[in-house]
Amino acid sequence: MKTETPRIFGIVAEFHDHMALLNAARKAHASGYRKLDAYTPFPIEGLAYEIGFRKNRVALCCLLGGLTGGIGGYFMQWYALAIDYPLNVGGRPFHSAPSFIPITFELTVLCAALATVIGMLALNGLPRPHHPIFSARNFARATTDKFFLAIEASDKNFNARKTAQFLRECGATNVSEVNDEG
Amino acid sequence: MNRAAPLLIGLAALLVSVIGAFANGARFFDAYLFGYLFWLGLALGCFGLLMLNHLVGGKWGFVTRRFFEAGLGTLPLMAILFVPLLFALRVLYGWARPDDVAANDVLQHRHVYLNIPFFIARVIGYFAVWLWLTLKLRRGSHAQDATSDIKPTRNLRTLSGPGLVIYVLITTFAYIDLVLSLESDWYSTIFPILIIVGQALSALAFSIMLLAFYSRKAPLAPVLTPAHFHDLGNLLLAFVMLWAYMSFAQFLIIWNGNMPDEISWYLHRSSSGWKMVALVLGMFHFAVPFALLLSRESKRRLGILCTIACAVLLVHVLDVYWLIAPSLHIHAHWLDFTLFAGIGGLWLTVFAKNLAAYPLLPLNDPRYAT
Repeated sequence: MKTETPRIFGIVAEFHDHMALLNAARKAHASGYRKLDAYTPFPIEGLAYEIGFRKNRVALCCLLGGLTGGIGGYFMQWYALAIDYPLNVGGRPFHSAPSFIPITFELTVLCAALATVIGMLALNGLPRPHHPIFSARNFARATTDKFFLAIEASDKNFNARKTAQFLRECGATNVSEVNDEG
Repeated sequence: MNRAAPLLIGLAALLVSVIGAFANGARFFDAYLFGYLFWLGLALGCFGLLMLNHLVGGKWGFVTRRFFEAGLGTLPLMAILFVPLLFALRVLYGWARPDDVAANDVLQHRHVYLNIPFFIARVIGYFAVWLWLTLKLRRGSHAQDATSDIKPTRNLRTLSGPGLVIYVLITTFAYIDLVLSLESDWYSTIFPILIIVGQALSALAFSIMLLAFYSRKAPLAPVLTPAHFHDLGNLLLAFVMLWAYMSFAQFLIIWNGNMPDEISWYLHRSSSGWKMVALVLGMFHFAVPFALLLSRESKRRLGILCTIACAVLLVHVLDVYWLIAPSLHIHAHWLDFTLFAGIGGLWLTVFAKNLAAYPLLPLNDPRYAT
């Protein structure tokens, strides 16, 4: 049986309060770290911005979903009622644009909403039953009273020793290396 | 900008229009009704937005409140400017002409409600309610300026709930009388609310333009942030969509029903060039501003937002014209422009005077401690 050195997921630092976390996140981003993530018991204003999460593509998912639903919905009705099986409804034209609008509208809303939720989940990498961060020391307290900042090993500036040292200098009360048990 | 400019332009335009009236009296009143109703709508639109903000709060209303109050303050002027219309009811409305009524069953049935004395009594009633609400809303707001006690703000909130209901009901009846009854046979239950939404949209667009105008000066400059514009931009988007929703709901039902007495209104509005106007409205009163306002950037940058608001307000002038004019005549006339400018000049003069009379930002509002 061969032993292999476990892959490192990253360095996780624990902070006492949200201000310390915000400062550390700002410094880490300024020092060139990009693969950052923060874990806190409650939402913190501005934290997403500090860890470099400045743009997301949820709105794009919504727009694409809406366009797909709108164009698809109109096409479906047009193809069904004007081309494939022309149906005379009260003497109106086969291609009755005004009558097609309500369903087009509903499908736009439906597809936009579904694409937004599914896109949000996919962009977050969810659903995901396990995450290496769970094995970080003391991590259960991220849901009660502690604030965590992780710098992941995939960051191009990552160096286990230097990064840990950097986080200690940022005021972390506890710094640990977390393995990716994969 | 020279303060006297709108007044001078307005008076000059009115003078030219009065000369035009001697050449073409009937056409004068058609044009007068259009100009009058656009500016009345801009004033009435302030009711909905102002009371909505008193009820639910929101920082967008803190920076625009004085614009809405100044807009409402033009209603006494609009009450006076209604007087000339009283002399032209027979010119404008089929139900006021005995010959038309004698020839039309529907008008005979409607005569109990649509007759000149009752019409005048109702219009006096509408203005009494509008002016009373205006007085309460403006007095309350100015009372709060003078005291740190929060009672006036509480009273305004209490007034605004029932106030919104009263405003929508009264305005519904008013626009059934003033606009809907221009077409003898036609009716549409959604029509007054479509008008009310359009009025709120125009007042909102107007307030965004004013905000842009005052944005570099005290006291607004230090207060304004992109978040204000974002809120106003979202509201503008909501009203653009609501307007489209109402317009389309009315059209879809009538188009699908295809009944002779219901389609007349649309037939008048889709013949001889009016169809082009309808397409322009669908494009620029809805599709283009809707697409532009979806983007976050266009709502957070005042320059872009103000340009969109300006365009929406201009297209809304066309919308009001399209709602009124095809019932009265086929072709546009230069009087349509001069009377629009004339009444607008007076309206803007009174508006500017109201706006200058009080601080541009409300003072002592407990929800927006500054």
